[in-house]
Amino acid sequence: MKSKSRSTATRSLLLHLALTPLAIIWLFPLWMMVVFSTMPDHGIFSPRIELLPSTHFAENFRNLQADTNFLRALTISITVAVVYTVLSVMLTSMAGWALARYRFLGRSIVVAIILGTITLPYFVVVIPQFIMVAREFKMSNSWIALVVPPLFNSLGVLFMRQAFTMMPSELFDAARVEGVKEWQIFLRIALPLARPTMAALSIILFLASWNNYLWPLLINSRPDMMTAPVALGTLIGFTKVSWGGIMAGAVVLTGPMLVVFVLLQRHFIAGIAAGAVK
Amino acid sequence: MQSRNRIAYAFLAPYLLIFTAFWLWPIIDSFLLSFQNTRVNPWTFSPGLNWGRLSRDPAFYNALKNTLLILVVQVPVMITLATIMAVLLNSPLLKARGLFRFAFFAPVVVGEVAYAAVFRLMFNLNFGIINKLLNTVGIPSVSWFAEKPPAMALLIIAVTWRWAGYNAIIILAGLQSIPNDVYEAATLDRVSKIRQFFFITLPLLRPIILFCMVLSIIGSMQLFTEPFLITDRGGPGGGTETLGLFLYRQGFVSLNFGYASAIAYTIAALAVLISLLNLWLGREPK
Repeated sequence: MKSKSRSTATRSLLLHLALTPLAIIWLFPLWMMVVFSTMPDHGIFSPRIELLPSTHFAENFRNLQADTNFLRALTISITVAVVYTVLSVMLTSMAGWALARYRFLGRSIVVAIILGTITLPYFVVVIPQFIMVAREFKMSNSWIALVVPPLFNSLGVLFMRQAFTMMPSELFDAARVEGVKEWQIFLRIALPLARPTMAALSIILFLASWNNYLWPLLINSRPDMMTAPVALGTLIGFTKVSWGGIMAGAVVLTGPMLVVFVLLQRHFIAGIAAGAVK
Repeated sequence: MQSRNRIAYAFLAPYLLIFTAFWLWPIIDSFLLSFQNTRVNPWTFSPGLNWGRLSRDPAFYNALKNTLLILVVQVPVMITLATIMAVLLNSPLLKARGLFRFAFFAPVVVGEVAYAAVFRLMFNLNFGIINKLLNTVGIPSVSWFAEKPPAMALLIIAVTWRWAGYNAIIILAGLQSIPNDVYEAATLDRVSKIRQFFFITLPLLRPIILFCMVLSIIGSMQLFTEPFLITDRGGPGGGTETLGLFLYRQGFVSLNFGYASAIAYTIAALAVLISLLNLWLGREPK
Protein backbone atom coordinates (compact mmCIF):
# COMPACT_ATOMS: atom_id res chain seq x y z
CA MET A 1 0.00 0.00 0.00
CA LYS A 2 2.77 2.36 0.93
CA SER A 3 4.68 1.78 -2.32
CA LYS A 4 1.51 2.41 -4.29
CA SER A 5 0.94 5.84 -2.75
CA ARG A 6 4.58 6.69 -3.33
CA SER A 7 4.29 5.80 -6.99
CA THR A 8 1.20 8.00 -7.21
CA ALA A 9 3.16 10.86 -5.67
CA THR A 10 5.98 10.30 -8.16
CA ARG A 11 3.55 10.24 -11.05
CA SER A 12 1.90 13.42 -9.82
CA LEU A 13 5.29 15.10 -9.55
CA LEU A 14 6.28 14.03 -13.07
CA LEU A 15 2.93 15.24 -14.39
CA HIS A 16 3.44 18.70 -12.94
CA LEU A 17 7.08 18.79 -14.02
CA ALA A 18 5.96 18.14 -17.60
CA LEU A 19 3.01 20.51 -17.66
CA THR A 20 4.43 23.54 -15.85
CA PRO A 21 7.12 24.50 -18.39
CA LEU A 22 4.65 23.90 -21.22
CA ALA A 23 2.10 26.14 -19.52
CA ILE A 24 4.71 28.86 -18.96
CA ILE A 25 5.70 28.75 -22.64
CA TRP A 26 2.03 28.93 -23.63
CA LEU A 27 1.31 31.91 -21.37
CA PHE A 28 4.49 33.72 -22.39
CA PRO A 29 3.17 35.50 -25.54
CA LEU A 30 0.11 36.75 -23.63
CA TRP A 31 2.30 37.94 -20.78
CA MET A 32 4.62 39.72 -23.21
CA MET A 33 1.62 41.35 -24.87
CA VAL A 34 0.79 42.93 -21.51
CA VAL A 35 4.43 43.85 -20.84
CA PHE A 36 4.91 45.47 -24.27
CA SER A 37 1.65 47.40 -23.94
CA THR A 38 2.97 49.11 -20.80
CA MET A 39 6.44 49.94 -22.13
CA PRO A 40 7.50 53.04 -24.05
CA ASP A 41 8.82 52.28 -27.56
CA HIS A 42 12.44 52.91 -26.55
CA GLY A 43 11.92 50.27 -23.86
CA ILE A 44 10.52 47.71 -26.32
CA PHE A 45 13.43 48.29 -28.69
CA SER A 46 16.20 48.22 -26.11
CA PRO A 47 18.88 45.56 -25.77
CA ARG A 48 17.86 44.80 -22.19
CA ILE A 49 15.66 41.88 -21.23
CA GLU A 50 12.41 43.31 -19.86
CA LEU A 51 9.95 40.82 -18.43
CA LEU A 52 7.91 43.01 -16.10
CA PRO A 53 5.20 45.54 -16.94
CA SER A 54 5.97 49.24 -16.82
CA THR A 55 3.50 52.14 -16.49
CA HIS A 56 3.05 53.58 -19.99
CA PHE A 57 -0.22 51.93 -21.00
CA ALA A 58 -2.29 55.12 -21.16
CA GLU A 59 0.42 56.92 -23.11
CA ASN A 60 0.65 54.00 -25.55
CA PHE A 61 -3.08 53.99 -26.05
CA ARG A 62 -3.01 57.72 -26.80
CA ASN A 63 -0.28 57.08 -29.38
CA LEU A 64 -2.42 54.35 -30.94
CA GLN A 65 -5.39 56.70 -31.07
CA ALA A 66 -3.13 59.23 -32.85
CA ASP A 67 -1.91 56.62 -35.39
CA THR A 68 -5.40 55.38 -36.22
CA ASN A 69 -8.82 56.26 -34.82
CA PHE A 70 -8.91 53.14 -32.69
CA LEU A 71 -11.84 54.16 -30.49
CA ARG A 72 -14.01 54.54 -33.55
CA ALA A 73 -12.83 51.18 -34.85
CA LEU A 74 -13.68 49.63 -31.48
CA THR A 75 -17.17 51.09 -31.60
CA ILE A 76 -17.67 49.58 -35.05
CA SER A 77 -16.34 46.20 -33.93
CA ILE A 78 -18.58 46.07 -30.84
CA THR A 79 -21.70 47.12 -32.75
CA VAL A 80 -21.06 44.67 -35.58
CA ALA A 81 -20.34 41.80 -33.18
CA VAL A 82 -23.54 42.43 -31.18
CA VAL A 83 -25.80 42.77 -34.22
CA TYR A 84 -24.17 39.82 -35.95
CA THR A 85 -24.54 37.60 -32.88
CA VAL A 86 -28.22 38.44 -32.37
CA LEU A 87 -29.10 37.94 -36.04
CA SER A 88 -27.06 34.78 -36.39
CA VAL A 89 -28.54 33.19 -33.26
CA MET A 90 -32.03 34.01 -34.58
CA LEU A 91 -31.36 32.51 -38.01
CA THR A 92 -29.63 29.40 -36.75
CA SER A 93 -32.16 28.65 -34.02
CA MET A 94 -35.09 29.00 -36.43
CA ALA A 95 -33.39 26.78 -38.98
CA GLY A 96 -32.24 24.34 -36.29
CA TRP A 97 -35.82 24.12 -35.00
CA ALA A 98 -37.18 23.33 -38.46
CA LEU A 99 -34.56 20.63 -39.02
CA ALA A 100 -35.06 19.10 -35.59
CA ARG A 101 -38.83 19.10 -35.29
CA TYR A 102 -40.50 18.83 -38.70
CA ARG A 103 -40.40 16.16 -41.35
CA PHE A 104 -40.58 17.97 -44.64
CA LEU A 105 -39.68 17.59 -48.26
CA GLY A 106 -35.97 18.20 -48.88
CA ARG A 107 -34.91 17.99 -45.24
CA SER A 108 -32.12 15.50 -45.83
CA ILE A 109 -30.85 17.59 -48.75
CA VAL A 110 -30.68 20.70 -46.56
CA VAL A 111 -28.80 18.77 -43.85
CA ALA A 112 -26.39 17.29 -46.41
CA ILE A 113 -25.65 20.74 -47.85
CA ILE A 114 -25.02 22.22 -44.40
CA LEU A 115 -22.66 19.37 -43.53
CA GLY A 116 -20.90 19.76 -46.88
CA THR A 117 -20.10 23.43 -46.32
CA ILE A 118 -18.22 22.69 -43.07
CA THR A 119 -15.28 21.31 -44.97
CA LEU A 120 -15.46 23.82 -47.81
CA PRO A 121 -12.64 26.39 -47.75
CA TYR A 122 -13.92 29.94 -47.31
CA PHE A 123 -11.79 31.08 -50.27
CA VAL A 124 -14.21 29.36 -52.64
CA VAL A 125 -16.98 31.81 -51.70
CA VAL A 126 -15.09 34.96 -50.78
CA ILE A 127 -14.31 36.11 -54.33
CA PRO A 128 -17.94 36.13 -55.58
CA GLN A 129 -19.06 37.56 -52.22
CA PHE A 130 -16.64 40.41 -52.76
CA ILE A 131 -17.71 40.97 -56.37
CA MET A 132 -21.36 40.95 -55.36
CA VAL A 133 -21.09 43.28 -52.37
CA ALA A 134 -18.39 45.64 -53.60
CA ARG A 135 -19.08 45.77 -57.33
CA GLU A 136 -22.72 44.89 -57.94
CA PHE A 137 -24.33 46.35 -54.82
CA LYS A 138 -21.57 48.98 -54.38
CA MET A 139 -21.78 48.46 -50.63
CA SER A 140 -18.15 48.54 -49.56
CA ASN A 141 -17.53 50.45 -46.34
CA SER A 142 -21.03 49.88 -45.03
CA TRP A 143 -22.44 48.26 -41.91
CA ILE A 144 -24.53 45.79 -43.92
CA ALA A 145 -21.44 44.59 -45.76
CA LEU A 146 -19.78 43.78 -42.44
CA VAL A 147 -22.75 41.98 -40.88
CA VAL A 148 -24.77 40.17 -43.54
CA PRO A 149 -22.45 38.04 -45.75
CA PRO A 150 -20.82 36.22 -42.79
CA LEU A 151 -24.27 35.31 -41.36
CA PHE A 152 -24.34 31.84 -42.87
CA ASN A 153 -23.06 29.48 -40.20
CA SER A 154 -23.31 25.74 -40.63
CA LEU A 155 -22.07 24.58 -37.24
CA GLY A 156 -24.44 26.91 -35.40
CA VAL A 157 -27.43 25.27 -37.05
CA LEU A 158 -26.23 21.78 -36.20
CA PHE A 159 -25.60 22.91 -32.63
CA MET A 160 -29.13 24.33 -32.26
CA ARG A 161 -30.72 21.37 -34.02
CA GLN A 162 -29.01 19.07 -31.53
CA ALA A 163 -30.48 21.04 -28.61
CA PHE A 164 -34.03 20.94 -30.04
CA THR A 165 -33.80 17.25 -30.93
CA MET A 166 -32.97 16.34 -27.36
CA MET A 167 -36.12 17.97 -25.95
CA PRO A 168 -38.99 15.57 -25.20
CA SER A 169 -41.65 15.81 -27.93
CA GLU A 170 -44.53 15.33 -25.42
CA LEU A 171 -43.86 18.92 -24.40
CA PHE A 172 -44.70 20.26 -27.84
CA ASP A 173 -47.48 17.75 -28.58
CA ALA A 174 -49.33 18.79 -25.44
CA ALA A 175 -49.21 22.42 -26.54
CA ARG A 176 -50.41 21.48 -30.03
CA VAL A 177 -53.40 19.61 -28.57
CA GLU A 178 -54.33 22.81 -26.78
CA GLY A 179 -54.17 24.66 -30.08
CA VAL A 180 -51.00 26.69 -29.55
CA LYS A 181 -49.59 27.95 -32.86
CA GLU A 182 -46.31 26.53 -34.14
CA TRP A 183 -44.37 29.80 -33.95
CA GLN A 184 -45.60 30.26 -30.38
CA ILE A 185 -44.45 26.76 -29.47
CA PHE A 186 -41.05 27.73 -30.84
CA LEU A 187 -40.88 31.11 -29.12
CA ARG A 188 -42.55 30.32 -25.80
CA ILE A 189 -41.53 26.71 -25.13
CA ALA A 190 -38.56 25.65 -27.23
CA LEU A 191 -36.40 28.79 -27.17
CA PRO A 192 -36.43 29.27 -23.38
CA LEU A 193 -35.43 25.63 -22.97
CA ALA A 194 -32.57 26.09 -25.44
CA ARG A 195 -31.13 29.02 -23.51
CA PRO A 196 -27.87 27.31 -22.43
CA THR A 197 -27.14 26.25 -26.00
CA MET A 198 -27.94 29.74 -27.27
CA ALA A 199 -25.59 31.20 -24.66
CA ALA A 200 -22.74 28.94 -25.76
CA LEU A 201 -23.41 29.69 -29.41
CA SER A 202 -23.61 33.44 -28.78
CA ILE A 203 -20.20 33.51 -27.16
CA ILE A 204 -18.63 31.63 -30.04
CA LEU A 205 -20.34 33.82 -32.65
CA PHE A 206 -19.43 37.04 -30.87
CA LEU A 207 -15.81 35.93 -30.69
CA ALA A 208 -15.80 34.95 -34.36
CA SER A 209 -17.13 38.36 -35.38
CA TRP A 210 -14.85 40.22 -32.97
CA ASN A 211 -11.75 38.52 -34.37
CA ASN A 212 -12.87 38.31 -38.02
CA TYR A 213 -10.11 39.72 -40.17
CA LEU A 214 -10.13 38.74 -43.85
CA TRP A 215 -13.67 39.80 -44.81
CA PRO A 216 -13.61 43.20 -43.02
CA LEU A 217 -10.13 43.78 -44.48
CA LEU A 218 -11.43 43.21 -48.00
CA ILE A 219 -14.75 44.98 -47.80
CA ASN A 220 -14.24 47.93 -45.44
CA SER A 221 -10.92 49.49 -46.33
CA ARG A 222 -11.88 53.13 -45.72
CA PRO A 223 -10.23 54.21 -42.44
CA ASP A 224 -13.45 55.49 -40.85
CA MET A 225 -15.25 52.17 -41.46
CA MET A 226 -12.50 49.78 -40.38
CA THR A 227 -13.07 47.26 -37.61
CA ALA A 228 -10.56 47.23 -34.76
CA PRO A 229 -8.49 44.21 -35.97
CA VAL A 230 -8.26 45.72 -39.47
CA ALA A 231 -7.25 49.13 -38.11
CA LEU A 232 -4.60 47.50 -35.95
CA GLY A 233 -3.42 45.32 -38.83
CA THR A 234 -2.76 48.33 -41.07
CA LEU A 235 -0.24 49.62 -38.52
CA ILE A 236 1.78 46.39 -38.44
CA GLY A 237 4.60 46.75 -40.91
CA PHE A 238 4.87 50.51 -40.81
CA THR A 239 8.09 51.78 -39.26
CA LYS A 240 6.96 55.17 -38.01
CA VAL A 241 4.30 53.83 -35.73
CA SER A 242 4.11 53.29 -32.00
CA TRP A 243 4.60 49.59 -31.28
CA GLY A 244 3.65 50.19 -27.68
CA GLY A 245 0.43 51.56 -29.13
CA ILE A 246 -0.14 48.46 -31.28
CA MET A 247 0.36 46.31 -28.20
CA ALA A 248 -2.06 48.45 -26.20
CA GLY A 249 -4.59 47.84 -28.97
CA ALA A 250 -3.86 44.11 -28.87
CA VAL A 251 -4.48 44.09 -25.12
CA VAL A 252 -7.76 45.98 -25.55
CA LEU A 253 -8.86 43.46 -28.20
CA THR A 254 -7.76 40.39 -26.24
CA GLY A 255 -8.35 41.34 -22.59
CA PRO A 256 -12.17 41.39 -22.56
CA MET A 257 -12.28 38.08 -24.43
CA LEU A 258 -9.95 36.48 -21.88
CA VAL A 259 -12.14 37.73 -19.03
CA VAL A 260 -15.25 36.34 -20.75
CA PHE A 261 -13.37 33.10 -21.34
CA VAL A 262 -12.46 32.76 -17.66
CA LEU A 263 -15.98 33.59 -16.49
CA LEU A 264 -17.81 31.44 -19.03
CA GLN A 265 -15.27 28.68 -19.66
CA ARG A 266 -17.94 26.00 -19.58
CA HIS A 267 -19.93 27.59 -22.43
CA PHE A 268 -16.81 28.26 -24.45
CA ILE A 269 -15.59 24.71 -24.17
CA ALA A 270 -19.05 23.32 -24.93
CA GLY A 271 -19.17 25.46 -28.08
CA ILE A 272 -15.72 24.49 -29.26
CA ALA A 273 -16.09 20.82 -28.39
CA ALA A 274 -19.16 20.84 -30.63
CA GLY A 275 -16.88 22.15 -33.35
CA ALA A 276 -18.66 25.48 -33.49
CA VAL A 277 -15.65 27.67 -34.30
CA LYS A 278 -13.67 27.94 -37.54
CA MET B 1 -48.23 17.09 -43.95
CA GLN B 2 -48.63 19.80 -46.56
CA SER B 3 -48.94 22.50 -43.94
CA ARG B 4 -45.92 21.09 -42.08
CA ASN B 5 -43.88 21.70 -45.23
CA ARG B 6 -44.99 25.32 -45.21
CA ILE B 7 -44.22 25.80 -41.53
CA ALA B 8 -40.81 24.17 -41.80
CA TYR B 9 -39.83 26.31 -44.77
CA ALA B 10 -41.08 29.44 -43.03
CA PHE B 11 -38.62 28.74 -40.22
CA LEU B 12 -35.85 27.89 -42.67
CA ALA B 13 -36.47 30.74 -45.12
CA PRO B 14 -34.19 33.49 -43.74
CA TYR B 15 -31.33 31.05 -43.26
CA LEU B 16 -31.72 29.51 -46.71
CA LEU B 17 -31.90 32.98 -48.25
CA ILE B 18 -28.54 33.95 -46.75
CA PHE B 19 -27.15 30.57 -47.72
CA THR B 20 -28.27 30.89 -51.33
CA ALA B 21 -27.05 34.46 -51.76
CA PHE B 22 -23.72 34.23 -49.96
CA TRP B 23 -22.70 30.58 -50.27
CA LEU B 24 -24.57 28.56 -52.87
CA TRP B 25 -24.37 31.16 -55.61
CA PRO B 26 -20.71 32.05 -54.85
CA ILE B 27 -19.72 28.35 -54.97
CA ILE B 28 -21.16 28.14 -58.49
CA ASP B 29 -19.98 31.60 -59.49
CA SER B 30 -16.34 31.11 -58.53
CA PHE B 31 -16.34 27.84 -60.49
CA LEU B 32 -17.64 29.73 -63.54
CA LEU B 33 -15.23 32.61 -62.93
CA SER B 34 -12.27 30.24 -63.07
CA PHE B 35 -13.06 29.76 -66.77
CA GLN B 36 -13.32 33.47 -67.55
CA ASN B 37 -10.84 36.08 -68.56
CA THR B 38 -11.44 38.77 -65.94
CA ARG B 39 -8.64 41.02 -67.11
CA VAL B 40 -10.66 42.35 -70.04
CA ASN B 41 -13.83 44.41 -69.88
CA PRO B 42 -16.40 42.87 -70.25
CA TRP B 43 -15.20 39.50 -68.95
CA THR B 44 -15.06 36.78 -71.59
CA PHE B 45 -15.36 33.00 -71.53
CA SER B 46 -11.88 31.61 -71.96
CA PRO B 47 -11.81 28.11 -70.47
CA GLY B 48 -8.12 27.31 -70.65
CA LEU B 49 -6.71 30.67 -69.67
CA ASN B 50 -6.60 30.61 -65.86
CA TRP B 51 -6.10 26.88 -65.47
CA GLY B 52 -3.35 26.89 -68.08
CA ARG B 53 -1.62 29.79 -66.41
CA LEU B 54 -1.92 28.08 -63.01
CA SER B 55 -0.31 24.89 -64.30
CA ARG B 56 2.86 26.75 -65.26
CA ASP B 57 2.99 29.62 -62.79
CA PRO B 58 6.18 29.32 -60.70
CA ALA B 59 4.58 31.58 -58.05
CA PHE B 60 1.79 29.01 -57.64
CA TYR B 61 4.24 26.13 -57.22
CA ASN B 62 6.21 28.16 -54.70
CA ALA B 63 3.07 28.86 -52.67
CA LEU B 64 1.95 25.23 -52.99
CA LYS B 65 5.32 23.94 -51.81
CA ASN B 66 5.37 26.29 -48.82
CA THR B 67 1.79 25.44 -47.86
CA LEU B 68 2.39 21.69 -48.05
CA LEU B 69 5.63 22.02 -46.09
CA ILE B 70 3.86 23.91 -43.30
CA LEU B 71 1.01 21.39 -43.36
CA VAL B 72 3.23 18.31 -43.22
CA VAL B 73 5.29 19.64 -40.31
CA GLN B 74 2.76 21.70 -38.40
CA VAL B 75 -0.32 19.45 -38.32
CA PRO B 76 1.37 16.33 -36.84
CA VAL B 77 3.38 18.41 -34.34
CA MET B 78 0.31 20.32 -33.21
CA ILE B 79 -1.99 17.28 -32.96
CA THR B 80 0.64 15.36 -30.97
CA LEU B 81 1.05 18.30 -28.63
CA ALA B 82 -2.70 18.73 -28.31
CA THR B 83 -3.12 15.04 -27.47
CA ILE B 84 -0.42 15.28 -24.81
CA MET B 85 -2.06 18.40 -23.36
CA ALA B 86 -5.48 16.76 -23.29
CA VAL B 87 -4.24 13.50 -21.71
CA LEU B 88 -2.26 15.34 -19.03
CA LEU B 89 -5.13 17.77 -18.32
CA ASN B 90 -7.43 14.77 -17.92
CA SER B 91 -5.25 13.19 -15.21
CA PRO B 92 -7.01 12.93 -11.83
CA LEU B 93 -3.66 13.71 -10.18
CA LEU B 94 -3.53 17.23 -11.61
CA LYS B 95 -3.57 20.17 -9.18
CA ALA B 96 -4.46 23.74 -10.22
CA ARG B 97 -6.36 22.32 -13.18
CA GLY B 98 -8.05 25.64 -13.92
CA LEU B 99 -4.72 27.43 -14.29
CA PHE B 100 -3.34 24.85 -16.74
CA ARG B 101 -6.55 24.85 -18.73
CA PHE B 102 -6.38 28.63 -18.95
CA ALA B 103 -2.76 28.52 -20.16
CA PHE B 104 -3.48 26.11 -23.01
CA PHE B 105 -6.97 27.24 -24.00
CA ALA B 106 -6.50 31.03 -23.78
CA PRO B 107 -4.89 31.40 -27.26
CA VAL B 108 -8.21 30.21 -28.72
CA VAL B 109 -9.79 33.60 -27.95
CA VAL B 110 -6.82 35.69 -29.11
CA GLY B 111 -7.41 37.38 -32.45
CA GLU B 112 -5.07 36.81 -35.37
CA VAL B 113 -3.97 40.44 -35.58
CA ALA B 114 -3.20 40.73 -31.86
CA TYR B 115 -1.10 37.59 -31.77
CA ALA B 116 0.62 38.39 -35.06
CA ALA B 117 1.76 41.71 -33.58
CA VAL B 118 3.12 40.07 -30.42
CA PHE B 119 4.98 37.39 -32.35
CA ARG B 120 6.56 40.02 -34.57
CA LEU B 121 7.93 41.83 -31.55
CA MET B 122 8.99 38.69 -29.69
CA PHE B 123 10.96 37.37 -32.66
CA ASN B 124 12.50 40.71 -33.68
CA LEU B 125 16.14 40.23 -34.74
CA ASN B 126 17.93 42.69 -32.46
CA PHE B 127 15.41 43.52 -29.76
CA GLY B 128 13.13 40.49 -29.64
CA ILE B 129 12.88 38.66 -26.35
CA ILE B 130 13.37 35.27 -28.05
CA ASN B 131 16.77 36.15 -29.46
CA LYS B 132 17.77 37.80 -26.18
CA LEU B 133 16.86 34.61 -24.31
CA LEU B 134 18.70 32.48 -26.90
CA ASN B 135 21.77 34.71 -26.44
CA THR B 136 21.76 34.23 -22.67
CA VAL B 137 22.17 30.47 -23.16
CA GLY B 138 24.91 31.04 -25.73
CA ILE B 139 22.91 30.58 -28.93
CA PRO B 140 23.50 33.33 -31.52
CA SER B 141 20.53 35.43 -32.68
CA VAL B 142 18.32 33.90 -35.38
CA SER B 143 17.14 36.22 -38.15
CA TRP B 144 13.54 35.01 -38.02
CA PHE B 145 12.30 37.31 -40.78
CA ALA B 146 15.23 37.61 -43.18
CA GLU B 147 15.87 33.92 -43.95
CA LYS B 148 13.43 31.38 -45.21
CA PRO B 149 13.91 28.37 -42.88
CA PRO B 150 13.60 30.39 -39.65
CA ALA B 151 10.66 32.34 -41.12
CA MET B 152 8.87 29.06 -41.90
CA ALA B 153 9.70 27.79 -38.40
CA LEU B 154 8.28 31.01 -36.95
CA LEU B 155 4.98 30.53 -38.81
CA ILE B 156 4.77 26.92 -37.63
CA ILE B 157 5.48 27.97 -34.02
CA ALA B 158 2.88 30.74 -34.20
CA VAL B 159 0.12 28.59 -35.70
CA THR B 160 0.86 25.77 -33.25
CA TRP B 161 0.64 28.18 -30.32
CA ARG B 162 -2.68 29.52 -31.56
CA TRP B 163 -4.43 26.23 -32.37
CA ALA B 164 -2.99 23.45 -30.15
CA GLY B 165 -5.33 24.34 -27.28
CA TYR B 166 -8.33 24.40 -29.60
CA ASN B 167 -7.59 20.83 -30.64
CA ALA B 168 -6.82 19.86 -27.04
CA ILE B 169 -10.36 20.97 -26.06
CA ILE B 170 -11.88 18.67 -28.67
CA ILE B 171 -9.59 15.76 -27.75
CA LEU B 172 -10.24 16.31 -24.03
CA ALA B 173 -14.00 16.09 -24.66
CA GLY B 174 -13.31 12.79 -26.43
CA LEU B 175 -11.21 11.50 -23.53
CA GLN B 176 -13.94 12.31 -21.05
CA SER B 177 -16.41 10.25 -23.04
CA ILE B 178 -14.32 7.07 -22.58
CA PRO B 179 -16.00 5.08 -19.78
CA ASN B 180 -13.88 4.72 -16.67
CA ASP B 181 -14.52 0.99 -16.18
CA VAL B 182 -12.39 0.23 -19.25
CA TYR B 183 -9.39 1.59 -17.37
CA GLU B 184 -10.45 -0.02 -14.10
CA ALA B 185 -10.57 -3.42 -15.76
CA ALA B 186 -7.17 -2.83 -17.34
CA THR B 187 -5.68 -1.74 -14.02
CA LEU B 188 -7.05 -4.88 -12.34
CA ASP B 189 -5.32 -6.89 -15.06
CA ARG B 190 -2.10 -5.05 -14.16
CA VAL B 191 -1.79 -3.29 -17.51
CA SER B 192 0.66 -0.40 -17.07
CA LYS B 193 -0.55 3.19 -17.56
CA ILE B 194 1.66 3.61 -20.60
CA ARG B 195 0.29 0.47 -22.24
CA GLN B 196 -3.23 1.62 -21.35
CA PHE B 197 -2.54 4.86 -23.21
CA PHE B 198 -1.30 3.11 -26.36
CA PHE B 199 -3.75 0.20 -26.41
CA ILE B 200 -6.93 1.74 -24.98
CA THR B 201 -6.85 5.54 -25.12
CA LEU B 202 -5.29 6.12 -28.54
CA PRO B 203 -7.44 3.57 -30.44
CA LEU B 204 -10.62 4.99 -28.86
CA LEU B 205 -9.51 8.53 -29.69
CA ARG B 206 -8.76 7.66 -33.31
CA PRO B 207 -11.93 9.17 -34.83
CA ILE B 208 -11.57 12.40 -32.85
CA ILE B 209 -7.90 12.79 -33.70
CA LEU B 210 -8.71 12.21 -37.36
CA PHE B 211 -11.46 14.84 -37.13
CA CYS B 212 -8.96 17.32 -35.64
CA MET B 213 -6.46 16.50 -38.37
CA VAL B 214 -9.00 17.10 -41.12
CA LEU B 215 -9.99 20.46 -39.58
CA SER B 216 -6.31 21.40 -39.29
CA ILE B 217 -5.54 20.36 -42.86
CA ILE B 218 -8.38 22.54 -44.15
CA GLY B 219 -7.14 25.37 -41.92
CA SER B 220 -3.52 25.04 -43.08
CA MET B 221 -4.55 25.01 -46.72
CA GLN B 222 -6.14 28.43 -46.10
CA LEU B 223 -3.33 29.94 -44.05
CA PHE B 224 -3.41 33.66 -44.75
CA THR B 225 -3.22 36.09 -41.82
CA GLU B 226 -0.01 34.71 -40.31
CA PRO B 227 2.16 34.99 -43.45
CA PHE B 228 0.37 38.27 -44.27
CA LEU B 229 1.08 39.96 -40.95
CA ILE B 230 3.82 38.04 -39.11
CA THR B 231 6.26 37.41 -41.96
CA ASP B 232 5.17 40.59 -43.76
CA ARG B 233 3.32 39.49 -46.94
CA GLY B 234 5.00 36.10 -47.25
CA GLY B 235 8.56 37.31 -46.84
CA PRO B 236 11.47 37.00 -47.15
CA GLY B 237 11.07 37.19 -50.93
CA GLY B 238 8.10 34.82 -51.13
CA GLY B 239 9.79 32.39 -48.75
CA THR B 240 6.62 32.05 -46.66
CA GLU B 241 4.08 32.77 -49.38
CA THR B 242 1.13 30.41 -48.91
CA LEU B 243 -1.72 29.51 -51.26
CA GLY B 244 -4.04 31.75 -49.24
CA LEU B 245 -1.73 34.72 -49.61
CA PHE B 246 -1.18 33.97 -53.31
CA LEU B 247 -4.95 33.95 -53.83
CA TYR B 248 -5.29 37.23 -51.91
CA ARG B 249 -2.65 38.85 -54.10
CA GLN B 250 -4.22 37.67 -57.36
CA GLY B 251 -7.81 38.29 -56.33
CA PHE B 252 -7.72 41.38 -54.19
CA VAL B 253 -4.49 43.19 -55.10
CA SER B 254 -4.38 42.49 -58.87
CA LEU B 255 -8.19 42.12 -58.94
CA ASN B 256 -7.87 39.14 -61.29
CA PHE B 257 -10.96 37.34 -60.02
CA GLY B 258 -10.87 34.57 -62.62
CA TYR B 259 -7.35 33.48 -61.78
CA ALA B 260 -8.03 33.79 -58.04
CA SER B 261 -11.10 31.54 -58.45
CA ALA B 262 -8.98 28.87 -60.12
CA ILE B 263 -6.62 29.09 -57.13
CA ALA B 264 -9.60 28.85 -54.73
CA TYR B 265 -10.87 25.66 -56.38
CA THR B 266 -7.35 24.23 -56.34
CA ILE B 267 -7.17 24.89 -52.59
CA ALA B 268 -10.57 23.22 -52.07
CA ALA B 269 -9.66 20.20 -54.19
CA LEU B 270 -6.32 19.75 -52.44
CA ALA B 271 -7.95 20.11 -49.01
CA VAL B 272 -10.43 17.34 -49.88
CA LEU B 273 -7.73 15.10 -51.38
CA ILE B 274 -5.33 15.46 -48.45
CA SER B 275 -8.17 14.99 -45.94
CA LEU B 276 -9.26 11.79 -47.69
CA LEU B 277 -5.67 10.56 -47.83
CA ASN B 278 -5.38 11.29 -44.12
CA LEU B 279 -8.61 9.41 -43.33
CA TRP B 280 -7.42 6.47 -45.44
CA LEU B 281 -4.03 6.35 -43.71
CA GLY B 282 -5.71 6.58 -40.32
CA ARG B 283 -8.38 3.96 -41.01
CA GLU B 284 -9.15 1.16 -38.57
CA PRO B 285 -6.60 -1.64 -39.06
CA LYS B 286 -8.41 -4.76 -40.24
